[in-house]
Amino acid sequence: MAAETEELVLPEPKTGTSGWQEFSKGFIKQNPLMVLMVGLCSSLAISNRVENGIFMGLAATFVLVCSNVIIASIRKWTPDQIRIPIFIVVIASFVTIVDLSMKAYFPAAYDRLGVWIPLIVVNCIILARAEGFAYKNTVFRSFMDGLGMGAGYTMLLLIMGTIRELLGTGKIVIFDKTFISLGAFNPPAIFVLFPGAFITFACLMALLNRYKMGKAE
Amino acid sequence: MSEAYRYFLIFIGSLLIYNILLIRFIALCPLIGVSTQVETSIGMAMSVLFVMTMSSTASWVAWNYILRPLGVGEFLYIPVFILIIASLVQFVEMVLKRISPPLYRAMGIYLPLITTNCAVLAAATESVKPGFLKLNVAYHFTLPETIVYTVGVALGFGIVIILFACIRERLETSPVPHAFKGAPLAFIIAACMSLAFMGFANLLGL
Repeated sequence: MAAETEELVLPEPKTGTSGWQEFSKGFIKQNPLMVLMVGLCSSLAISNRVENGIFMGLAATFVLVCSNVIIASIRKWTPDQIRIPIFIVVIASFVTIVDLSMKAYFPAAYDRLGVWIPLIVVNCIILARAEGFAYKNTVFRSFMDGLGMGAGYTMLLLIMGTIRELLGTGKIVIFDKTFISLGAFNPPAIFVLFPGAFITFACLMALLNRYKMGKAE
Repeated sequence: MSEAYRYFLIFIGSLLIYNILLIRFIALCPLIGVSTQVETSIGMAMSVLFVMTMSSTASWVAWNYILRPLGVGEFLYIPVFILIIASLVQFVEMVLKRISPPLYRAMGIYLPLITTNCAVLAAATESVKPGFLKLNVAYHFTLPETIVYTVGVALGFGIVIILFACIRERLETSPVPHAFKGAPLAFIIAACMSLAFMGFANLLGL
């Protein structure tokens, strides 16, 4: 599986794709979570609420876009041997920005996400895109790629958050407002708990596999 | 709470009750990626135990003797810890290559992977900001406590990844629905194991 993942992270051919294609590939074709299988930990851990998904998705997208842009713009002066430490320092600085601003402006959300904000540094999506894409592509394409990958990640967080919150608590609450409520439904709390994350994700992946198999036939 | 009992609580808490893989979802990538064979899982578990203990100790020292006295801890801890981990891994790799080639061959391929293993950074962060054990909020680990905590986390990681690999090896040949083959099945196994580990919740009042 490791070899498979590596292949998928390799960059696409440099010509023949527009900025829009770089953006849109993050949704289904190369969705970071479902297809590339990177960045799993954070998405499973914090997708028990839609609200967490919004915050985490925005934070990761910000770091992804900024680090992609910086790495793409310094790629000509980056010595090959020490590129990984350089990437990590760039990423870590943006994560620190997110860490501190979130603590200042959204303390409640910061408390809930806890250790996951510093852990964006080692979120494989970001390093994989830096190494596999931004290091070899122009600033604009890297920007679009970061935006697309971030959007794909956020989308999946929201889908999983919706399923888990709705099934696990019977309603969806975003910023203290109830959006959907299932009324007299007796919710199985397991979906907001840990096993629910694995089950939801497994079913989503199986659905995607099913869809691909149907297409191939 | 006596001294020895507190060590015991920290150890059991980090090993079982707040298991890093199944309860806290940290480091799932190696769990899914490396655990296809028991042998590689053992190699990974050993390397993680080794690197994690060293890096948490180093991070604790850096935090308590450099970052905190200088008052720059809050905004420098992420880059500092990640650099400590990265350079430590590199260092361990070079030392192993020199003094113990068999051990290097056994652990070598996992070492670079560990740099971006979230578990190592999480353990380092939590050894200076212990947030999850129901201790006093302002509580700070002492150095021995940090080591006990990290060894617990790393052993928890090892036990789960080895068990997981055993189950996966068995299920390789069994008939499962086509769409669930491979990764989705691994997640279903993880869900069942996670359910089992939830049984440890509230053990010893943690």
